[in-house]
Amino acid sequence: MVNVGKRLITGLGVLVLTSLFTVGCFAMDYPDEVEIDSLANLYEAVVFDHAMHVDATDSCADCHHHTTGTPSSSEYCAKCHDGAVEMDVVSCQDCHSGDPVSAENLHNPQPGYFYHNDKPNLKAAYHLNCVGCHQEVDGPTGCEDCHAKTEAGEKYYRSGEFAPEAAAHSSGH
Amino acid sequence: MSKITRRKFLAGSAAGGAAMMLAPSKNALAAGSFEGFPDGMGVLVDLTRCVGCRTCEAACNTEQKLPEPAKPFDDYSVFDELHHGQKRRPTDKAYTVVNRYEPEGADEPLYRKIQCNHCNEPACLTSCFVNAYTKTPEGAVIYNAKVCVGCRNCMIACPFHIPGYTYNSVLNPVIKKCIFCYDTRLKEGKPPACVESCPQQVMTFGKRKDLMKIANDRIKKNPGQYVNHIYGEKEVGGTGWFYISNAPFEQAGFDIDLPKKPIIDNVKDFLAIVPMVLTIWPALFTGFHLLATKGKSHGHGDDHSAEQEDH
Repeated sequence: MVNVGKRLITGLGVLVLTSLFTVGCFAMDYPDEVEIDSLANLYEAVVFDHAMHVDATDSCADCHHHTTGTPSSSEYCAKCHDGAVEMDVVSCQDCHSGDPVSAENLHNPQPGYFYHNDKPNLKAAYHLNCVGCHQEVDGPTGCEDCHAKTEAGEKYYRSGEFAPEAAAHSSGH
Repeated sequence: MSKITRRKFLAGSAAGGAAMMLAPSKNALAAGSFEGFPDGMGVLVDLTRCVGCRTCEAACNTEQKLPEPAKPFDDYSVFDELHHGQKRRPTDKAYTVVNRYEPEGADEPLYRKIQCNHCNEPACLTSCFVNAYTKTPEGAVIYNAKVCVGCRNCMIACPFHIPGYTYNSVLNPVIKKCIFCYDTRLKEGKPPACVESCPQQVMTFGKRKDLMKIANDRIKKNPGQYVNHIYGEKEVGGTGWFYISNAPFEQAGFDIDLPKKPIIDNVKDFLAIVPMVLTIWPALFTGFHLLATKGKSHGHGDDHSAEQEDH
């Protein structure tokens, strides 16, 4: 009986250790896939392979700054956010909410922190983070490498079936 | 003609000339100390962020209802185009263009969007003799195409070579350029279409004075990333759109030899003298001449005829 109990405890211990090892610092629940569709208009929504990016990055902080409970990788941010305090909100749009350049937000600026005064809007938060990293690690950087153009997009960019007929050579003036 | 009318004319012109001399000199003083409207809007352009996707060009085309482009807006062969040996520049059909530069020693090319910089003291406005241009309190440099006579003075005056010209219009060629989306957006407090369309937020829209702080902050908080200069803070008296960059500005096609003072300062002193020379000098020297010749045969005859008229 004693032996069985010991074995059970050891087994449980190994199980817990193994699971800790695989998940590592990412002990929280996270989605394997995220569909980024809130801005889809000219381009289709992006189906973001979150699980792959979790494996590919060193730390959650690479994308999530200090919100997931890993210390911020930026020396500047780490002055305040050096501890591992997990926040209630971790998704991009929870902080990069709305559009700071909309007329409404311009004229009613949110009561700002001294430090968070230059926060990119949601569209830029995605692109600056994704493209910036992809340039460094030779990931895809072309627009349509991540999201296909919609019909509205083709019309907007005058491409595809909306391409100008005289696409020969533009005049010099 | 009798002498009385000539004297009246001279007296009148002297008074008029004096009045004209006072008025423009006052204006000239005001022009020198103008630092932009206090709540004027501006755009901070961060060249480190631009990836050359040309979405801003497409946005401008749609917003301003511009004609169909020669190539699609996702055709990146335009970066290799040279027109008369020069990279692309804004035209009457495209108020903004993105160009690619290859700074020395950089791994990635640098892209730069070109459009009207909406100067605090625009040289185009100064050069326009039909007063077609206006600098609005919101910060836009707009123009009235109805009064434009197509003289193209502004094209020569602009230090950034921005205004385009409808060369293909035979009967009524006019100037065309970026107006900060004044009519459709800025007037209502909204950012221009290009700013809103940018996926990388290369452009940040806001009050010029607030953006200047952000620009300084970015340079300070990211040591080594930016060149320590804000292009447009002081250039030609300050521009509504201004730039920060990771490469020296001359390698991104900027003219770094522009004066820090408004272009009008070059001619202000001279222009203030023009009314004086044209009106006061003739009156003054004719007066001297009359005084110098008074009492001689010419002057005597004058007095006599004047008496006759008094009767």
